[in-house]
Amino acid sequence: MEIPKTMQQEETQGSRSGMDITHPMENVLRMDRIPHIWCPGCGIGLAVTAFAAALEKAEIDLNKVAIVSGIGCTGRVAGYVKLDSFHTTHGRAIAFATGIKVANPDMKVVVFSGDGDLIAIGGNHFIHAARRNIDMLVICVNNFIYAMTGGQVAPTTPLAAYATTCPFGCVEPPFNIPYLAESSGAVYVARWTTLHVRRLMNSFVEALNKKGFSVVEAISPCAQYYSRINRLGDGLDMMRFYHDNTEIRHGEDTKNLDIAYQGKIIMGKFVDRERPSYTDRYNEWLSEIKDDENEPG
Amino acid sequence: MKLWRKPFDLDKIKIPCGEIHIIEERCKGCGFCVEYCPKDVFEMSEEFNAKGYHPPKITNPDDCVECHLCEMLCPEFAIYVTLKKDENPAGVKSEEGK
Repeated sequence: MEIPKTMQQEETQGSRSGMDITHPMENVLRMDRIPHIWCPGCGIGLAVTAFAAALEKAEIDLNKVAIVSGIGCTGRVAGYVKLDSFHTTHGRAIAFATGIKVANPDMKVVVFSGDGDLIAIGGNHFIHAARRNIDMLVICVNNFIYAMTGGQVAPTTPLAAYATTCPFGCVEPPFNIPYLAESSGAVYVARWTTLHVRRLMNSFVEALNKKGFSVVEAISPCAQYYSRINRLGDGLDMMRFYHDNTEIRHGEDTKNLDIAYQGKIIMGKFVDRERPSYTDRYNEWLSEIKDDENEPG
Repeated sequence: MKLWRKPFDLDKIKIPCGEIHIIEERCKGCGFCVEYCPKDVFEMSEEFNAKGYHPPKITNPDDCVECHLCEMLCPEFAIYVTLKKDENPAGVKSEEGK
């Protein structure tokens, strides 16, 4: 019943030719793969929307953007975005992205992956890429759980929250991603929930224009695993929770950004500083070494 | 709309009116657009789409002010808003008259 209605709508518009080529984000998405696999109420789609809008707002040449994803729910993003995209092995998204950046320094490299992929399995790559300050944007969609494999406990699961593999509550303290990123050397660190799409989009724009290792954490509801096991309702209830229990504090010390189970979430832009990036340092060294070689004696 | 003080250029300003397009086959019925539309334009439909979800339906199409929030908040890329090419775009005066 519904399909003819939308077709009618588009016919009356006149200029619309096909059925599915009208959405403004369709120039950034691989429409043959949409609808995506994410569950109803999931926030990853919102992060992708914000990213697509940010690409448009930042007026970046889409041929110069490479997007790298690991494994997991958020790891599917690389397959849905019509850019140079790379779906890599679990946890190794930043390692592959480093390779792209070093081989082709003109490329804007974006790592779009989940908390389990970036912080748990790829934690070592994360801290070392931050230490080297490789010029890339890391979008970490944090849904507090390993969602795709069935809701196992992740290093971001809040203390005392339930997961499939901790039926009596999680006993491990979670990672504080902005603190980890700042102390490892990231130059831009921000955190938003996926409800705050416009602020998330502005953060993406700022981070895309920033030279160096930028981290944007997007807290996303997981309606099928995290909230179902913890009996927090569906995705909409999680969004209402984010609406009522978030606070914007720009420039807050990243030590204070721990997320307690169902506690207040502090968001904002925490770090915005300058450090020489890996490519700059490397080129500088290279020119110095070459100069030394050319000198006689 | 409540105005605390009448702006001098009230007659010149026209609030844009948007036309909402819902691609119902893509909707998974999360309800974000219904919850967060600042003008309460949407309502959950009783009908099902091809996947068996309830897509939103537009109940107050004239209230839309083309803020694009539903477009940004749709995780399924199923809503987009265009500026309505109307001869009489909804101005402040007509809103007051309601």
